[in-house]
Amino acid sequence: MRLTFHIWRQPNRTSSGKMVRYESSNFNPDMSMLEALDVLNEELILRNEDPITFEHDCREGICGSCGFMINGLAHGPLPKTTVCQLTLRHFRDGEELFLEPWRAKAFPVLRDLMVDRSAFDRIISSGGYISVPAGSACDGNDILVPKPYSDRAMDAAACIGCGACVAACPNASASLFTGAKVSHLGLLPQGQPERNQRALRMVAQMNAEGFGQCTNIGECEAVCPKGIRLEVISRMNGDFIKASWSNRGQQSVSDGV
Amino acid sequence: MELLTEIEPQIAAGTLTLDSRTPSGPIEKAWDKTKFEMKLVNPANKRKYTVIVVGSGLAGGSAAATMAELGYNVKCFCFQDSPRRAHSIAAQGGINAAKNYQNDGDSVYRLFYDTVKGGDFRAREANVYRLAQISVNIIDQCVAQGVPFAREYGGTLSNRSFGGAQVSRTFYARGQTGQQLLLGAYQALERQVDQGRVTMFPRHEMLDLVVIDGKARGIITRDLVTGAIESHVADAVVLGTGGYGNVYFLSTNAKGSNCTAIWRAYKRGAAFGNPCFTQIHPTCIPVSGDYQSKLTLMSESLRNDGRIWVPLNKGDKRKPGEIPESERDYYLERRYPSFGNLVPRDVASRNAKAVCDEGRGVGESGLGVYLDFGDAIKRLGQKTIEERYGNLFEMYARITDENPYKVPMRIYPAIHYTMGGLWVDYQLQSTIPGLFVIGEANFSDHGANRLGASALMQGLSDGYFVIPYTIGNYLASNKLEKVESTHEEFRAAQDGVAEKTRRLLDTKGTRTVDSFHRELGKIMWDDCGMSRTAAGLQDAIGRIRKLREEYWRDVKVLGSGKEINQSLEKAGRVADFFELGELMCIDALHRAESCGGHFREEYQTPDGEAKRDDDNFSYVAAWQYNGDGSPLLNKEPLTFDYVHPSQRSYK
Repeated sequence: MRLTFHIWRQPNRTSSGKMVRYESSNFNPDMSMLEALDVLNEELILRNEDPITFEHDCREGICGSCGFMINGLAHGPLPKTTVCQLTLRHFRDGEELFLEPWRAKAFPVLRDLMVDRSAFDRIISSGGYISVPAGSACDGNDILVPKPYSDRAMDAAACIGCGACVAACPNASASLFTGAKVSHLGLLPQGQPERNQRALRMVAQMNAEGFGQCTNIGECEAVCPKGIRLEVISRMNGDFIKASWSNRGQQSVSDGV
Repeated sequence: MELLTEIEPQIAAGTLTLDSRTPSGPIEKAWDKTKFEMKLVNPANKRKYTVIVVGSGLAGGSAAATMAELGYNVKCFCFQDSPRRAHSIAAQGGINAAKNYQNDGDSVYRLFYDTVKGGDFRAREANVYRLAQISVNIIDQCVAQGVPFAREYGGTLSNRSFGGAQVSRTFYARGQTGQQLLLGAYQALERQVDQGRVTMFPRHEMLDLVVIDGKARGIITRDLVTGAIESHVADAVVLGTGGYGNVYFLSTNAKGSNCTAIWRAYKRGAAFGNPCFTQIHPTCIPVSGDYQSKLTLMSESLRNDGRIWVPLNKGDKRKPGEIPESERDYYLERRYPSFGNLVPRDVASRNAKAVCDEGRGVGESGLGVYLDFGDAIKRLGQKTIEERYGNLFEMYARITDENPYKVPMRIYPAIHYTMGGLWVDYQLQSTIPGLFVIGEANFSDHGANRLGASALMQGLSDGYFVIPYTIGNYLASNKLEKVESTHEEFRAAQDGVAEKTRRLLDTKGTRTVDSFHRELGKIMWDDCGMSRTAAGLQDAIGRIRKLREEYWRDVKVLGSGKEINQSLEKAGRVADFFELGELMCIDALHRAESCGGHFREEYQTPDGEAKRDDDNFSYVAAWQYNGDGSPLLNKEPLTFDYVHPSQRSYK
């Protein structure tokens, strides 16, 4: 199978980058997109050209390491599929593909297709947890969780933190990512004590990182490899507004609004 | 290479004293007694101690979070861009705990018994008992953190069964249990980052351990973005760096999983326990081509409802739907009527290989067996199956382009887990004082074979509930001199790392790192994989040595060390895989018995099961680095006071 790639090459964070054209016939429809890049990289190394840097690890669609734009679509054309699980059988022989890194102010490019997503860690660090030190838990079955709530919490918790939602959003908003964590924890009885603070702090951090605002376009939901639903953003907004009201006078949340 | 033909007599005895520090007295009280006898660090003094944790998976992440909760000053390192990416995330099926919520006769003792037996009597009893005891606390902790475990309609926790057990004790979160448990640990870790008690060093790779006055005092890392080689000083070092299955190139491990941290520690004096004990997982998607970069696991939980079969007759190339019941061989149900499709992993894998070797394998390559959900769908309906395994079915369909609701899945065994690892005592300390090893990275509680849903249990047990106690005991019992990163040992180690990096870049040969890695992997899979022979292992050792020599002469790594350079990262890891691969073969050769995942063709029962030799091999082989000479063998004898060794039977 022959493919032509146009791939964003950028040596480091500060240099400027450009698209470079590569062509090879050594592909096979059963390969994943990342295996195609492996094949291309082996060819490049043998030609003394720097291989393409791209992030990847588990190659099973669960670690969230991989991800780039293929012809303008985050993770490519197949719904609910990360690039590591996207096989070439979904492309035509001879097709031209344009691969670019996630583009967002809060995700600076580190090299080629690799970006810095540490902003996501800082959002989680700002309240995306339940404060329960090891050893202080009650028996697991002392906390009953109705199945529908548990299922919906799991739906939201399935987020892999890949960043496709941000890349697909015209505003580069991280609302789907942040909303997923706010919803996962807010749907569970264990998450209630810190629910208000969590929404306030996580939203504030999201804004501080330079992500844009959500304007309900829905591109994020369309590209999410784990099918996280737009409703998590409504839940986050609801929690945020309720928390802002109940928190009036206690502390300034202006940086979060 | 004549020494290879007679390697056994050449193995020299090691010089280490392996004190397992197993407490005396009844096993039920052992952990309580140990906890009481351990020294404590005053709460106000904890912040004066710095502990380094390498790895941020279930073991490392939970350890770092918990030690920080206690007040220690923690520095946590991972090579990924975020601690949330650690490979624990890919575990699918579940986590065992002796809760007995199903009222089906489970107990701590039964989980202990099943694990010792499943491990084919090559694990330390006291450790396994503690693991079973702690298992119940893990579930409580994870529920409290908000891990969305599967629930029944009444709101209680749901369970399923898993291989090697006859009770339902596995807790799960759809097919993403590892992900959810890891996110729980990651969130606990990020909470400590928020509170300033953990400093996270993502995109940092540990490249050496620094030992001063016989104690582990820090590590050397490479910043994978800037290439800077740095020294980090600490009062104790904890490695939770996972397993080394990628020595086989093709495995279910993440591409980045590697042995470098534990291997450098081995070369600094930490003994390596049972390196040849590797686990082959029976249910993976078969290899489809030589471009393949990794293998994908399908959770073992599928064996709860899926039935495994191959055609009764050799060379039957009909489509599965065209083969009538009478011409199918449900070989596991036939050979093991009481456990059926739920036999332990090693047994299921070996049987799959056997039927394929007989020429009854399915799929284009003939290296596959069917995992058929037809009956389960008829019995339970597609909706129930979808609820239980939906994401796994989707994943299978994406990779193979086949619909497993309509046609049976094809599966084949693949390397999945390594029971071997750095030797540790009951307190999880290696043979280097101050160096602790947790999770898959240690030689662990699983003996020669791990039962499904026990890896998550062990990682979290070590991290949340064992290391936080034992680290305090170490710090309170030892007077540690103040050390600076300018100490000569740090400088020397840093120079050594820089030199090795330079050497890899300066070789400028003709072959890529991956081409060497694939070749090494093939040697390992063929001769040190699912079944092993003395002749094959001897031959493998020779070929590995030759290939390693070629590697250092002919590897081609472009770019520099002062930038993001993924080829360079791989090159360093593969260099270590060569050395570890050789040690695995030596270990497999010396262990002239079959046990668990270690199957030596020369040692089997008349019906083809693993035949142990308890008189001669009831010990942990703890290998000691010996410079350029052959490694030295230390033995920790294993005694079984509770679960008496017997021929495992799942019939």
